[in-house]
Amino acid sequence: MYQELILEHYKHPQGRGLREPFDAEVHHVNPTCGDELTLRVKVADGGKVLDVSYDGQGCSISQAAASVLHELATGSTVDESLSVVEEFTRLMQGRGQVEPDEDVLGDAVAFAGVAKFPARVKCALLAWMAYKDALMRSQG
Amino acid sequence: MSAVSGFDVERIRKDFPVLTRELPGGRPLVYLDSGNSSQKPAQVVETMRDHLTWHYGNVGRALHVLGSESTVAYEEARDKIAAFVGAPSRDEIVFTKNASEALNLVAYAFGNPVGEDERFRMGPGDEIVISEMEHHSNIVPWQLLAQRTGATLRWFPVTDEGRLDVEGLEELVNERTKIVSIAHQSNVLGTVNSVSPILARAREVGALMMLDASQSVPHQAVDVAELGVDFVAFTGHKMVGPSGIGVLWGRRELLDAMPPFLGGGEMIEAVWMDHSTYAPVPHKFEAGTPPIVEAIGLGAAVDYLNAVGMDQIKAHEKELVAYALEALPEIPGLRIIGPRTPIARGGTISFTLEGIHPHDVGQILDDVYGIAVRVGHHCARPLHLRFGIPATTRASFYLYNTTAEIDALVRGLHHVQKVFG
Repeated sequence: MYQELILEHYKHPQGRGLREPFDAEVHHVNPTCGDELTLRVKVADGGKVLDVSYDGQGCSISQAAASVLHELATGSTVDESLSVVEEFTRLMQGRGQVEPDEDVLGDAVAFAGVAKFPARVKCALLAWMAYKDALMRSQG
Repeated sequence: MSAVSGFDVERIRKDFPVLTRELPGGRPLVYLDSGNSSQKPAQVVETMRDHLTWHYGNVGRALHVLGSESTVAYEEARDKIAAFVGAPSRDEIVFTKNASEALNLVAYAFGNPVGEDERFRMGPGDEIVISEMEHHSNIVPWQLLAQRTGATLRWFPVTDEGRLDVEGLEELVNERTKIVSIAHQSNVLGTVNSVSPILARAREVGALMMLDASQSVPHQAVDVAELGVDFVAFTGHKMVGPSGIGVLWGRRELLDAMPPFLGGGEMIEAVWMDHSTYAPVPHKFEAGTPPIVEAIGLGAAVDYLNAVGMDQIKAHEKELVAYALEALPEIPGLRIIGPRTPIARGGTISFTLEGIHPHDVGQILDDVYGIAVRVGHHCARPLHLRFGIPATTRASFYLYNTTAEIDALVRGLHHVQKVFG
Protein backbone atom coordinates (compact mmCIF):
# COMPACT_ATOMS: atom_id res chain seq x y z
CA MET A 1 0.00 0.00 0.00
CA TYR A 2 2.75 2.45 0.88
CA GLN A 3 4.25 2.76 -2.59
CA GLU A 4 7.47 4.75 -2.80
CA LEU A 5 5.63 7.37 -4.82
CA ILE A 6 3.05 7.86 -2.07
CA LEU A 7 5.73 8.25 0.61
CA GLU A 8 7.62 10.64 -1.66
CA HIS A 9 4.59 12.87 -2.11
CA TYR A 10 3.85 12.69 1.62
CA LYS A 11 7.36 13.75 2.58
CA HIS A 12 7.66 16.33 -0.20
CA PRO A 13 4.15 17.56 -0.98
CA GLN A 14 3.79 19.38 -4.29
CA GLY A 15 1.93 22.68 -4.47
CA ARG A 16 1.01 22.73 -0.80
CA GLY A 17 -0.16 26.01 0.71
CA LEU A 18 -3.20 28.15 -0.04
CA ARG A 19 -2.68 30.68 -2.81
CA GLU A 20 -4.42 33.64 -4.42
CA PRO A 21 -6.16 34.25 -6.69
CA PHE A 22 -8.85 31.58 -6.51
CA ASP A 23 -12.43 31.11 -7.74
CA ALA A 24 -13.65 28.74 -5.04
CA GLU A 25 -12.49 27.38 -1.70
CA VAL A 26 -13.82 24.26 0.05
CA HIS A 27 -13.10 22.58 3.35
CA HIS A 28 -13.59 18.82 3.57
CA VAL A 29 -13.13 16.55 6.59
CA ASN A 30 -13.05 12.85 7.17
CA PRO A 31 -14.92 12.53 10.47
CA THR A 32 -13.73 9.03 11.30
CA CYS A 33 -10.03 9.89 11.36
CA GLY A 34 -9.91 13.66 11.57
CA ASP A 35 -8.27 14.22 8.18
CA GLU A 36 -8.90 17.79 7.04
CA LEU A 37 -8.30 19.61 3.81
CA THR A 38 -8.89 23.15 2.58
CA LEU A 39 -8.60 23.40 -1.18
CA ARG A 40 -8.80 26.25 -3.69
CA VAL A 41 -9.09 26.25 -7.47
CA LYS A 42 -8.38 28.93 -10.07
CA VAL A 43 -9.79 28.29 -13.53
CA ALA A 44 -9.15 30.41 -16.67
CA ASP A 45 -11.97 31.44 -18.99
CA GLY A 46 -11.09 28.72 -21.50
CA GLY A 47 -11.51 26.02 -18.83
CA LYS A 48 -7.83 25.63 -18.11
CA VAL A 49 -7.02 24.84 -14.46
CA LEU A 50 -4.46 27.47 -13.49
CA ASP A 51 -3.93 26.40 -9.89
CA VAL A 52 -5.02 23.88 -7.28
CA SER A 53 -3.75 24.94 -3.88
CA TYR A 54 -4.43 23.22 -0.59
CA ASP A 55 -3.55 22.89 3.06
CA GLY A 56 -4.53 20.30 5.60
CA GLN A 57 -3.58 17.64 8.03
CA GLY A 58 -4.00 13.91 8.12
CA CYS A 59 -2.52 10.57 7.26
CA SER A 60 0.05 9.98 4.55
CA ILE A 61 -2.56 8.65 2.12
CA SER A 62 -4.80 11.71 2.36
CA GLN A 63 -1.92 14.18 2.12
CA ALA A 64 -0.10 12.38 -0.69
CA ALA A 65 -3.36 12.12 -2.64
CA ALA A 66 -3.73 15.91 -2.45
CA SER A 67 -0.18 16.37 -3.71
CA VAL A 68 -0.69 14.00 -6.67
CA LEU A 69 -3.99 15.71 -7.48
CA HIS A 70 -2.24 19.08 -7.59
CA GLU A 71 0.28 17.76 -10.09
CA LEU A 72 -2.27 16.10 -12.32
CA ALA A 73 -4.90 18.83 -12.34
CA THR A 74 -2.83 21.99 -12.55
CA GLY A 75 -2.28 22.87 -16.20
CA SER A 76 -4.92 20.49 -17.52
CA THR A 77 -8.50 21.44 -18.35
CA VAL A 78 -11.58 21.11 -16.19
CA ASP A 79 -12.92 18.33 -18.43
CA GLU A 80 -9.66 16.40 -18.56
CA SER A 81 -9.14 16.59 -14.83
CA LEU A 82 -12.72 15.54 -14.11
CA SER A 83 -12.21 12.41 -16.17
CA VAL A 84 -9.15 11.64 -14.03
CA VAL A 85 -11.25 12.18 -10.91
CA GLU A 86 -13.84 9.80 -12.31
CA GLU A 87 -11.27 7.10 -13.07
CA PHE A 88 -9.61 7.57 -9.67
CA THR A 89 -12.97 7.27 -7.89
CA ARG A 90 -13.79 4.13 -9.89
CA LEU A 91 -10.44 2.63 -8.89
CA MET A 92 -10.83 3.53 -5.22
CA GLN A 93 -14.35 2.17 -4.98
CA GLY A 94 -13.46 -1.03 -6.83
CA ARG A 95 -12.44 -3.04 -3.73
CA GLY A 96 -9.16 -3.91 -5.45
CA GLN A 97 -11.00 -5.63 -8.34
CA VAL A 98 -10.69 -2.77 -10.84
CA GLU A 99 -7.88 -2.71 -13.40
CA PRO A 100 -6.66 0.90 -13.36
CA ASP A 101 -6.25 2.84 -16.59
CA GLU A 102 -2.67 4.03 -16.23
CA ASP A 103 -2.89 6.36 -19.23
CA VAL A 104 -5.65 8.34 -17.54
CA LEU A 105 -4.35 8.13 -13.99
CA GLY A 106 -0.64 8.76 -14.38
CA ASP A 107 1.03 8.85 -10.94
CA ALA A 108 -2.32 8.36 -9.22
CA VAL A 109 -2.12 4.69 -10.20
CA ALA A 110 0.18 4.26 -7.19
CA PHE A 111 -2.93 4.39 -4.98
CA ALA A 112 -4.35 1.19 -6.51
CA GLY A 113 -3.32 -0.77 -3.41
CA VAL A 114 -5.36 1.50 -1.14
CA ALA A 115 -8.58 0.22 -2.72
CA LYS A 116 -8.08 -3.08 -0.87
CA PHE A 117 -8.38 -1.29 2.48
CA PRO A 118 -11.97 -0.02 2.81
CA ALA A 119 -11.08 2.06 5.87
CA ARG A 120 -8.48 4.01 3.89
CA VAL A 121 -10.41 4.67 0.69
CA LYS A 122 -11.96 7.78 2.25
CA CYS A 123 -8.47 9.08 2.99
CA ALA A 124 -7.38 8.74 -0.64
CA LEU A 125 -10.58 10.32 -1.96
CA LEU A 126 -10.66 13.31 0.40
CA ALA A 127 -8.71 15.74 -1.81
CA TRP A 128 -10.28 14.46 -5.02
CA MET A 129 -13.82 14.94 -3.76
CA ALA A 130 -12.88 18.37 -2.46
CA TYR A 131 -11.49 19.25 -5.89
CA LYS A 132 -14.66 18.14 -7.66
CA ASP A 133 -16.72 20.16 -5.19
CA ALA A 134 -14.52 23.24 -5.67
CA LEU A 135 -14.79 23.01 -9.46
CA MET A 136 -18.58 22.83 -9.26
CA ARG A 137 -18.65 25.90 -7.07
CA SER A 138 -16.27 27.79 -9.33
CA GLN A 139 -18.50 27.04 -12.33
CA GLY A 140 -21.65 27.71 -10.33
CA MET B 1 6.01 -16.74 31.70
CA SER B 2 4.65 -14.08 33.98
CA ALA B 3 6.20 -13.37 37.33
CA VAL B 4 2.74 -13.35 38.91
CA SER B 5 2.71 -16.50 41.01
CA GLY B 6 0.66 -19.36 39.63
CA PHE B 7 -0.16 -17.41 36.48
CA ASP B 8 1.07 -19.13 33.35
CA VAL B 9 0.41 -16.93 30.35
CA GLU B 10 1.63 -19.59 27.91
CA ARG B 11 -0.95 -22.03 29.25
CA ILE B 12 -3.65 -19.36 28.97
CA ARG B 13 -2.65 -18.60 25.37
CA LYS B 14 -3.36 -22.24 24.48
CA ASP B 15 -7.03 -21.62 25.32
CA PHE B 16 -7.19 -18.97 22.58
CA PRO B 17 -6.50 -20.76 19.28
CA VAL B 18 -6.55 -17.51 17.28
CA LEU B 19 -3.37 -16.41 19.04
CA THR B 20 -1.45 -19.12 17.19
CA ARG B 21 -2.70 -17.84 13.83
CA GLU B 22 -0.26 -16.93 11.17
CA LEU B 23 -1.39 -13.99 9.07
CA PRO B 24 -0.75 -13.82 5.30
CA GLY B 25 2.97 -13.46 4.67
CA GLY B 26 3.86 -15.58 7.69
CA ARG B 27 3.34 -12.86 10.28
CA PRO B 28 2.37 -14.15 13.72
CA LEU B 29 -0.65 -12.36 15.17
CA VAL B 30 0.12 -9.89 17.97
CA TYR B 31 -3.29 -8.93 19.34
CA LEU B 32 -3.13 -5.67 21.29
CA ASP B 33 -6.74 -4.58 20.77
CA SER B 34 -8.64 -6.22 23.63
CA GLY B 35 -9.94 -2.85 24.84
CA ASN B 36 -11.86 -2.82 21.58
CA SER B 37 -12.96 -6.45 21.79
CA SER B 38 -11.29 -9.44 23.40
CA GLN B 39 -10.59 -12.83 21.87
CA LYS B 40 -12.60 -15.86 23.01
CA PRO B 41 -11.26 -19.00 24.68
CA ALA B 42 -12.21 -22.44 23.34
CA GLN B 43 -14.26 -23.02 26.52
CA VAL B 44 -16.66 -20.20 25.61
CA VAL B 45 -16.91 -21.21 21.96
CA GLU B 46 -17.50 -24.85 22.93
CA THR B 47 -20.22 -23.99 25.47
CA MET B 48 -22.08 -21.95 22.86
CA ARG B 49 -21.64 -24.59 20.18
CA ASP B 50 -22.86 -27.32 22.53
CA HIS B 51 -25.92 -25.33 23.50
CA LEU B 52 -26.82 -24.48 19.92
CA THR B 53 -26.26 -28.06 18.80
CA TRP B 54 -28.05 -29.99 21.55
CA HIS B 55 -30.16 -27.81 23.86
CA TYR B 56 -31.51 -24.80 22.00
CA GLY B 57 -35.07 -23.61 22.46
CA ASN B 58 -36.66 -20.27 23.30
CA VAL B 59 -36.45 -19.21 26.94
CA GLY B 60 -39.14 -18.47 29.48
CA ARG B 61 -42.09 -19.64 27.38
CA ALA B 62 -41.49 -23.05 25.79
CA LEU B 63 -42.66 -25.92 27.99
CA HIS B 64 -40.79 -28.71 26.19
CA VAL B 65 -37.43 -30.22 27.12
CA LEU B 66 -35.32 -27.98 24.90
CA GLY B 67 -37.12 -24.84 26.02
CA SER B 68 -36.60 -25.80 29.60
CA GLU B 69 -32.91 -26.64 29.09
CA SER B 70 -32.34 -23.30 27.40
CA THR B 71 -34.21 -21.45 30.13
CA VAL B 72 -32.18 -23.15 32.84
CA ALA B 73 -28.89 -22.41 31.07
CA TYR B 74 -29.90 -18.78 30.40
CA GLU B 75 -30.93 -18.19 34.01
CA GLU B 76 -27.82 -19.99 35.30
CA ALA B 77 -25.76 -17.53 33.29
CA ARG B 78 -27.56 -14.75 35.14
CA ASP B 79 -26.63 -16.39 38.46
CA LYS B 80 -22.97 -16.63 37.44
CA ILE B 81 -22.82 -13.01 36.36
CA ALA B 82 -24.60 -11.85 39.52
CA ALA B 83 -22.02 -13.68 41.63
CA PHE B 84 -19.16 -12.41 39.46
CA VAL B 85 -19.97 -8.75 40.17
CA GLY B 86 -21.22 -9.24 43.71
CA ALA B 87 -24.85 -8.35 42.96
CA PRO B 88 -26.94 -8.70 46.12
CA SER B 89 -29.72 -10.31 44.04
CA ARG B 90 -29.74 -12.23 40.75
CA ASP B 91 -32.84 -10.24 39.75
CA GLU B 92 -30.69 -7.14 39.58
CA ILE B 93 -28.87 -8.46 36.51
CA VAL B 94 -30.59 -7.28 33.33
CA PHE B 95 -29.36 -8.70 30.03
CA THR B 96 -29.04 -6.14 27.26
CA LYS B 97 -27.35 -6.36 23.90
CA ASN B 98 -24.34 -4.30 25.00
CA ALA B 99 -23.21 -1.63 27.47
CA SER B 100 -24.64 1.11 25.24
CA GLU B 101 -28.12 -0.37 25.58
CA ALA B 102 -27.68 -0.62 29.35
CA LEU B 103 -26.75 3.07 29.51
CA ASN B 104 -29.65 4.05 27.25
CA LEU B 105 -32.05 1.96 29.33
CA VAL B 106 -31.21 4.00 32.42
CA ALA B 107 -31.24 7.31 30.53
CA TYR B 108 -34.75 6.56 29.21
CA ALA B 109 -36.01 6.03 32.76
CA PHE B 110 -35.57 9.74 33.46
CA GLY B 111 -38.16 12.32 32.53
CA ASN B 112 -40.34 9.49 31.27
CA PRO B 113 -44.09 10.07 31.70
CA VAL B 114 -44.63 6.31 32.12
CA GLY B 115 -42.68 6.46 35.39
CA GLU B 116 -43.82 8.21 38.50
CA ASP B 117 -40.88 7.94 40.84
CA GLU B 118 -39.54 11.29 42.06
CA ARG B 119 -35.90 10.22 41.64
CA PHE B 120 -36.38 9.83 37.89
CA ARG B 121 -38.36 13.00 37.30
CA MET B 122 -36.40 15.35 35.08
CA GLY B 123 -37.02 18.71 33.48
CA PRO B 124 -35.53 22.17 32.95
CA GLY B 125 -33.31 23.13 35.88
CA ASP B 126 -32.26 19.54 36.59
CA GLU B 127 -28.70 18.51 35.83
CA ILE B 128 -26.91 15.44 34.51
CA VAL B 129 -23.17 15.06 35.19
CA ILE B 130 -20.75 13.04 33.05
CA SER B 131 -17.06 13.55 32.27
CA GLU B 132 -14.82 14.60 29.43
CA MET B 133 -13.18 11.15 29.29
CA GLU B 134 -16.36 9.26 28.43
CA HIS B 135 -16.91 6.87 25.56
CA HIS B 136 -19.62 8.20 23.22
CA SER B 137 -21.99 5.61 24.69
CA ASN B 138 -21.85 7.44 28.03
CA ILE B 139 -22.24 10.85 26.38
CA VAL B 140 -24.85 10.64 23.65
CA PRO B 141 -27.66 8.96 25.69
CA TRP B 142 -27.36 11.80 28.22
CA GLN B 143 -27.29 14.46 25.49
CA LEU B 144 -30.51 12.98 24.12
CA LEU B 145 -32.00 12.92 27.62
CA ALA B 146 -31.11 16.59 28.09
CA GLN B 147 -32.73 17.39 24.74
CA ARG B 148 -35.89 15.49 25.61
CA THR B 149 -36.34 17.00 29.04
CA GLY B 150 -34.69 20.43 28.93
CA ALA B 151 -32.26 19.35 31.66
CA THR B 152 -28.65 20.58 31.58
CA LEU B 153 -25.71 18.33 30.76
CA ARG B 154 -22.50 19.06 32.66
CA TRP B 155 -19.18 17.29 32.94
CA PHE B 156 -15.97 16.82 34.91
CA PRO B 157 -12.91 18.09 33.04
CA VAL B 158 -9.79 15.95 32.63
CA THR B 159 -6.32 16.96 33.85
CA ASP B 160 -3.24 17.09 31.61
CA GLU B 161 -2.13 13.81 33.15
CA GLY B 162 -5.40 12.19 32.09
CA ARG B 163 -7.07 12.03 35.49
CA LEU B 164 -10.56 13.16 36.34
CA ASP B 165 -10.41 16.75 37.59
CA VAL B 166 -12.61 16.69 40.70
CA GLU B 167 -11.60 20.11 41.99
CA GLY B 168 -15.01 21.55 41.17
CA LEU B 169 -16.90 18.51 42.55
CA GLU B 170 -18.93 20.47 45.13
CA GLU B 171 -20.21 22.93 42.54
CA LEU B 172 -20.57 20.45 39.69
CA VAL B 173 -22.56 17.88 41.65
CA ASN B 174 -25.19 19.92 43.48
CA GLU B 175 -28.82 19.93 44.59
CA ARG B 176 -29.95 20.14 40.97
CA THR B 177 -28.04 17.00 39.96
CA LYS B 178 -30.23 13.95 39.32
CA ILE B 179 -27.63 11.52 37.99
CA VAL B 180 -23.86 11.26 37.72
CA SER B 181 -22.57 8.76 35.14
CA ILE B 182 -18.86 8.23 34.60
CA ALA B 183 -16.46 5.60 33.33
CA HIS B 184 -14.99 3.29 35.94
CA GLN B 185 -11.96 2.94 33.68
CA SER B 186 -11.24 5.09 30.62
CA ASN B 187 -11.08 3.25 27.30
CA VAL B 188 -8.46 5.70 26.02
CA LEU B 189 -6.39 6.86 28.99
CA GLY B 190 -6.51 3.64 30.99
CA THR B 191 -7.29 5.78 34.05
CA VAL B 192 -9.22 4.01 36.79
CA ASN B 193 -11.43 6.60 38.44
CA SER B 194 -11.82 6.86 42.15
CA VAL B 195 -15.55 6.42 42.72
CA SER B 196 -16.01 7.07 46.43
CA PRO B 197 -15.50 10.86 46.66
CA ILE B 198 -17.91 11.44 43.77
CA LEU B 199 -20.42 8.95 45.16
CA ALA B 200 -20.24 10.59 48.59
CA ARG B 201 -21.08 13.95 47.03
CA ALA B 202 -23.88 12.41 44.93
CA ARG B 203 -25.40 10.92 48.08
CA GLU B 204 -25.11 14.27 49.87
CA VAL B 205 -27.24 15.95 47.22
CA GLY B 206 -29.56 12.99 46.59
CA ALA B 207 -28.35 12.21 43.07
CA LEU B 208 -28.10 8.71 41.61
CA MET B 209 -24.80 7.39 40.29
CA MET B 210 -24.01 5.10 37.37
CA LEU B 211 -20.71 3.58 36.25
CA ASP B 212 -19.75 2.58 32.75
CA ALA B 213 -17.67 -0.42 33.77
CA SER B 214 -17.11 -1.80 30.25
CA GLN B 215 -13.35 -1.41 30.66
CA SER B 216 -13.06 -2.42 34.33
CA VAL B 217 -15.19 -5.54 34.81
CA PRO B 218 -13.04 -7.54 32.32
CA HIS B 219 -9.81 -6.60 34.05
CA GLN B 220 -10.31 -6.46 37.81
CA ALA B 221 -12.61 -7.88 40.46
CA VAL B 222 -15.59 -5.52 40.57
CA ASP B 223 -18.06 -5.77 43.43
CA VAL B 224 -21.10 -3.62 42.80
CA ALA B 225 -22.25 -3.73 46.43
CA GLU B 226 -18.82 -2.63 47.60
CA LEU B 227 -18.73 0.18 45.03
CA GLY B 228 -22.04 1.37 46.41
CA VAL B 229 -23.28 3.04 43.21
CA ASP B 230 -26.79 2.63 41.80
CA PHE B 231 -26.19 1.32 38.28
CA VAL B 232 -23.31 -0.43 36.51
CA ALA B 233 -23.13 -1.19 32.78
CA PHE B 234 -20.72 -3.58 31.09
CA THR B 235 -20.47 -5.74 28.00
CA GLY B 236 -19.69 -9.38 27.23
CA HIS B 237 -17.40 -9.12 24.24
CA LYS B 238 -14.63 -7.30 26.11
CA MET B 239 -14.47 -10.01 28.80
CA VAL B 240 -13.74 -13.08 26.64
CA GLY B 241 -17.47 -13.51 26.02
CA PRO B 242 -19.41 -13.13 22.78
CA SER B 243 -20.71 -9.91 21.26
CA GLY B 244 -24.45 -9.20 21.38
CA ILE B 245 -24.74 -9.49 25.15
CA GLY B 246 -24.36 -6.75 27.72
CA VAL B 247 -25.38 -6.30 31.33
CA LEU B 248 -27.07 -3.67 33.40
CA TRP B 249 -26.83 -4.09 37.12
CA GLY B 250 -29.12 -1.83 39.13
CA ARG B 251 -30.40 -1.65 42.68
CA ARG B 252 -33.57 -3.68 42.93
CA GLU B 253 -35.72 -0.90 44.34
CA LEU B 254 -34.62 1.45 41.56
CA LEU B 255 -35.20 -1.09 38.81
CA ASP B 256 -38.65 -1.69 40.32
CA ALA B 257 -39.38 2.03 40.26
CA MET B 258 -38.25 2.54 36.67
CA PRO B 259 -40.58 2.37 33.68
CA PRO B 260 -39.96 -0.38 31.10
CA PHE B 261 -37.54 0.45 28.27
CA LEU B 262 -38.52 -1.68 25.27
CA GLY B 263 -42.00 -3.14 25.11
CA GLY B 264 -42.77 -6.60 23.76
CA GLY B 265 -42.98 -10.28 24.56
CA GLU B 266 -41.78 -11.60 27.91
CA MET B 267 -41.67 -8.19 29.59
CA ILE B 268 -45.36 -8.24 30.48
CA GLU B 269 -47.52 -9.62 33.23
CA ALA B 270 -50.85 -9.15 31.44
CA VAL B 271 -51.91 -7.27 28.32
CA TRP B 272 -55.27 -5.73 27.44
CA MET B 273 -55.95 -3.82 24.25
CA ASP B 274 -55.55 -0.46 25.96
CA HIS B 275 -52.93 -1.10 28.64
CA SER B 276 -50.51 -3.62 30.16
CA THR B 277 -48.96 -4.58 33.43
CA TYR B 278 -45.34 -5.59 33.52
CA ALA B 279 -43.29 -8.59 34.60
CA PRO B 280 -41.09 -8.23 37.67
CA VAL B 281 -37.43 -7.36 37.14
CA PRO B 282 -35.24 -8.38 35.43
CA HIS B 283 -37.79 -9.56 32.83
CA LYS B 284 -39.49 -6.16 32.73
CA PHE B 285 -36.40 -4.96 30.85
CA GLU B 286 -35.91 -7.99 28.59
CA ALA B 287 -38.48 -7.56 25.85
CA GLY B 288 -38.51 -10.09 23.03
CA THR B 289 -36.39 -13.19 22.56
CA PRO B 290 -33.10 -12.32 24.24
CA PRO B 291 -29.59 -13.21 23.00
CA ILE B 292 -29.89 -16.66 24.60
CA VAL B 293 -26.71 -18.35 23.45
CA GLU B 294 -24.75 -15.14 23.94
CA ALA B 295 -25.89 -14.94 27.58
CA ILE B 296 -24.89 -18.57 28.09
CA GLY B 297 -21.55 -17.81 26.43
CA LEU B 298 -21.04 -14.91 28.81
CA GLY B 299 -21.74 -17.29 31.70
CA ALA B 300 -18.97 -19.53 30.36
CA ALA B 301 -16.69 -16.49 30.03
CA VAL B 302 -17.27 -15.67 33.69
CA ASP B 303 -16.45 -19.29 34.61
CA TYR B 304 -13.24 -18.98 32.62
CA LEU B 305 -12.20 -15.68 34.23
CA ASN B 306 -13.00 -17.06 37.69
CA ALA B 307 -10.88 -20.15 37.05
CA VAL B 308 -7.90 -17.98 36.10
CA GLY B 309 -8.62 -15.53 38.93
CA MET B 310 -9.45 -11.84 38.51
CA ASP B 311 -6.73 -10.80 40.96
CA GLN B 312 -4.19 -12.76 38.93
CA ILE B 313 -5.41 -11.14 35.73
CA LYS B 314 -5.16 -7.70 37.27
CA ALA B 315 -1.62 -8.39 38.54
CA HIS B 316 -0.52 -9.73 35.16
CA GLU B 317 -1.89 -6.70 33.34
CA LYS B 318 -0.24 -4.39 35.84
CA GLU B 319 3.08 -6.01 34.99
CA LEU B 320 2.43 -5.57 31.28
CA VAL B 321 1.45 -1.93 31.59
CA ALA B 322 4.44 -1.14 33.82
CA TYR B 323 6.69 -2.79 31.23
CA ALA B 324 5.08 -0.87 28.38
CA LEU B 325 5.23 2.44 30.26
CA GLU B 326 8.99 1.90 30.59
CA ALA B 327 9.56 0.77 27.01
CA LEU B 328 7.34 3.10 24.96
CA PRO B 329 8.70 6.50 26.07
CA GLU B 330 12.15 5.45 24.82
CA ILE B 331 10.81 5.92 21.31
CA PRO B 332 11.63 9.49 20.25
CA GLY B 333 8.59 11.66 19.63
CA LEU B 334 6.20 9.28 21.39
CA ARG B 335 3.72 11.01 23.70
CA ILE B 336 1.53 8.98 26.03
CA ILE B 337 -1.99 10.37 26.46
CA GLY B 338 -2.89 9.31 29.98
CA PRO B 339 -1.15 8.44 33.25
CA ARG B 340 2.52 7.58 32.84
CA THR B 341 2.72 5.54 36.03
CA PRO B 342 1.12 2.13 36.53
CA ILE B 343 -0.93 3.43 39.46
CA ALA B 344 -4.73 3.58 39.30
CA ARG B 345 -4.64 2.74 35.63
CA GLY B 346 -5.36 -0.33 33.57
CA GLY B 347 -3.59 -1.96 30.63
CA THR B 348 -4.65 0.49 27.95
CA ILE B 349 -2.07 2.90 26.54
CA SER B 350 -2.87 5.54 23.94
CA PHE B 351 -0.14 7.58 22.34
CA THR B 352 0.86 9.80 19.45
CA LEU B 353 4.03 9.62 17.35
CA GLU B 354 5.24 13.03 16.31
CA GLY B 355 4.54 13.81 12.67
CA ILE B 356 2.90 10.46 11.88
CA HIS B 357 -0.83 9.97 11.67
CA PRO B 358 -2.19 7.06 13.78
CA HIS B 359 -3.76 5.50 10.68
CA ASP B 360 -0.33 5.19 9.15
CA VAL B 361 1.04 3.79 12.42
CA GLY B 362 -1.71 1.18 12.65
CA GLN B 363 -1.45 0.21 9.00
CA ILE B 364 2.31 -0.40 9.09
CA LEU B 365 2.10 -2.29 12.40
CA ASP B 366 -0.52 -4.57 10.86
CA ASP B 367 0.98 -4.91 7.37
CA VAL B 368 4.54 -5.57 8.44
CA TYR B 369 4.31 -7.12 11.90
CA GLY B 370 0.77 -8.48 12.28
CA ILE B 371 0.29 -6.21 15.29
CA ALA B 372 -3.37 -5.31 15.86
CA VAL B 373 -3.84 -1.98 17.62
CA ARG B 374 -6.69 0.50 17.40
CA VAL B 375 -6.25 3.87 15.75
CA GLY B 376 -8.60 6.83 15.69
CA HIS B 377 -10.55 8.55 18.45
CA HIS B 378 -11.78 5.29 20.01
CA CYS B 379 -15.35 6.62 20.33
CA ALA B 380 -14.07 9.33 22.67
CA ARG B 381 -13.82 12.36 20.41
CA PRO B 382 -14.33 15.02 23.13
CA LEU B 383 -11.37 13.59 25.03
CA HIS B 384 -9.17 13.86 21.94
CA LEU B 385 -10.36 17.43 21.37
CA ARG B 386 -9.40 18.19 24.98
CA PHE B 387 -5.84 17.06 24.23
CA GLY B 388 -5.85 18.91 20.91
CA ILE B 389 -5.27 15.83 18.77
CA PRO B 390 -7.46 14.23 16.11
CA ALA B 391 -6.55 10.64 16.92
CA THR B 392 -4.26 8.30 18.84
CA THR B 393 -2.82 4.83 18.50
CA ARG B 394 -3.99 2.55 21.30
CA ALA B 395 -2.48 -0.68 22.57
CA SER B 396 -4.64 -2.52 25.07
CA PHE B 397 -3.60 -5.64 26.96
CA TYR B 398 -5.40 -8.61 28.43
CA LEU B 399 -4.67 -11.82 30.27
CA TYR B 400 -3.19 -13.52 27.19
CA ASN B 401 -0.66 -10.81 26.28
CA THR B 402 3.07 -11.05 26.93
CA THR B 403 6.00 -8.70 27.38
CA ALA B 404 7.42 -10.18 24.15
CA GLU B 405 4.40 -8.72 22.35
CA ILE B 406 5.19 -5.31 23.83
CA ASP B 407 8.75 -5.73 22.55
CA ALA B 408 7.28 -6.45 19.11
CA LEU B 409 5.21 -3.27 19.35
CA VAL B 410 8.29 -1.21 20.20
CA ARG B 411 10.20 -2.73 17.25
CA GLY B 412 7.21 -2.06 15.02
CA LEU B 413 7.04 1.58 16.08
CA HIS B 414 10.73 2.07 15.33
CA HIS B 415 10.08 0.68 11.88
CA VAL B 416 7.09 3.02 11.39
CA GLN B 417 9.39 5.93 12.11
CA LYS B 418 11.89 4.65 9.58
CA VAL B 419 9.21 4.45 6.86
CA PHE B 420 7.90 7.96 7.46
CA GLY B 421 11.10 9.57 8.73
